[in-house]
Order: sequence, then C-alpha cells, then structure tokens
Amino acid sequence: MKLRSILLCCALMFAGAATAKEAAPMATDVAVEKRMVAISEELRCLVCQNESLAGSHAELALDLRREIRTMIGEGKSDQEILDFMVARYGDFVRFRPPVKPTTWLLWGGPFLLLAGGIVALIVFLRRRVREEAAPRLSDEEHRRAAALLDQSKP
Amino acid sequence: MKQRFLIPLAVFFVLVIFLAIGLTLNPRDLPSPLKDKPAPAFTLPQLAAADKTFSPTDLKGKVWLLNVWASWCVSCRQEHPLLVSFSKQNDLPIIGLNYKDQGADAKNWLARFGDPYLLSAVDADGRVGINYGVYGVPETYVIDKAGTIRMKHTGPITPESLKTQILPLVAELSK
Repeated sequence: MKLRSILLCCALMFAGAATAKEAAPMATDVAVEKRMVAISEELRCLVCQNESLAGSHAELALDLRREIRTMIGEGKSDQEILDFMVARYGDFVRFRPPVKPTTWLLWGGPFLLLAGGIVALIVFLRRRVREEAAPRLSDEEHRRAAALLDQSKP
Repeated sequence: MKQRFLIPLAVFFVLVIFLAIGLTLNPRDLPSPLKDKPAPAFTLPQLAAADKTFSPTDLKGKVWLLNVWASWCVSCRQEHPLLVSFSKQNDLPIIGLNYKDQGADAKNWLARFGDPYLLSAVDADGRVGINYGVYGVPETYVIDKAGTIRMKHTGPITPESLKTQILPLVAELSK
C-alpha cells in the first residue's frame, strides 16, 4: 500500500512536470495561439480530410500549424496565410472555398435542389386540388351506388 | 397511371448512377495548384553526401521526376520495386526527396530495397514538402526542361499510371 502511494506520488509529480513543460510555449503568446487556431479552423487537414487543421493530430497538421505560427510571427495577415495554403494545396484546403465557375454548382446546388422541390410541391398541390374538384358523380351513378349499398344490407 | 410508379424507380437509378461514379473517384487525388507553375526552388543537402547540395536548377534543360519518399512510409515500399526497375530501363533522372526521415534509416532503406534515385535530397523538417504541397507520401512530380511542374501524382505509382500517364508525358516533353 505504501509503495503504491509512493509510486502514485511520483507519477503525479512527473505528470505535473510534463504538462508544465508543454504548456510553456502556449502561455508565452496567447494572442498568436488564438489567431493560429482561428485560421487553422478554416483549413482542412489534407491527411484526414474531414478534420480541420486545428483539430488534427496528423504530422502534416502539426507542421502546418508551425508554419502558420511562424507566418503570424512575421506579421503576415490572415489573408496572406490563407493564400499561402491555397497556393500549395488548392481551394480544397479551405472549408469555405471561394465562389468561382468551378464552385458554382457547389454553392448553388442546394438552392437548385430547393427550387426543384418547391416546383414539384406546387405541381403536386395544384394537381390534387384539381382532382378533388373533378370527381362528382352523375345522377345515374348516384342511383347505382345507392342500389349497391341497399343490396349489401341483409 | 402506371407511369407514375416509374418515377421513383427512375430517381432511384439516377441516384445509383451518381453513387457508383462517386465510388470510383479517389478523394485523395486532388488537382495540384502547382501544375504548370515553376517548381518551387530549394537547396537541400544530399542524402549520400551531406556536404553536397541539390537544387532543382541543377537539372535545367532536362526532363526529370521528383519522387517524395520516406523510410517510414508504407506505400513508398509498395511503389519502390517499380521505380527501381524503371530506373534500370530508362535514363530519365529520378530525384528523391527524402521527406521527414532519419538519415540512417533512409540509407538503410535504400541499401535494402535498391536505390532508383540519381540522388536524394534531405528535407528533414518537411518545409520543402510544404512548398510542393505534399500531403500524402509518396508523391511524384514530372518536371520539364524549363523547370515547370507538368504533372503531380499522389500516392504510389502503379504500372498503369506509369504507362498511361507518366511515360507518354515524359516522351512528349523530351522531344
């Protein structure tokens, strides 16, 4: 029991030391870190394509975050950093790609589908109204229906 | 009346066709914005001789391949025999970019599996890789006589991609 508590103490001490060491560079420049995270959340990690650069643990994401930090340190603007990434990895690296001929379908597609759905709905509703209004029985048909209903009575 | 029931069926088939096309696409195969742009400049030490350097301008006037590889990269091993046999049959210079690797590991790897490269340049921190838009090793670039990137192949080269894409392009550029 005693040994175990000593081991636990040791482990906690080391854990404390380890986190302190890791946290140091973050604490030195909170503003840079904040900007880096904001920029990298806009960017796709190309290794694990559905993760953002901010959230990914891929080696490339670590390197690119390091590059972004360096560029912030050099006083580059957010737009310049985004342009740096797009020049190397293409528009796909951005979660919000720019609107241009190749992305028109991407941006406009949902609205096209919505318009198609609205048109289909209007056509359907109009047809239903017409069909409901149309079928009126003639006198002859009324008589036949009544006769049939009478027959079914015991 | 019967035709109305065919509408969902038609919609279903259209969906199936779209999904089938989607399955054959490779989400890793992204168009490189560097295509038809000058190959980014760099000067890096050579793997075999650290005192010498390599720079893309050294090969101006030649068509060459830049192959990004690493000893830790599993797919590189898959494409490696193809590169080795290709380098024996052709004079086309293949330059290796040894990406984020340990020097000793890289040398062992080449000793064990063969060295298809004219030389390998060491990109220890991956910065040159970033400038070339590397995101999935192995990657191969075809660079023309003027030093322009004419093609980028992401992932291991296959015999088909070599035969149908890379070789015809190299032959055309070498004219």
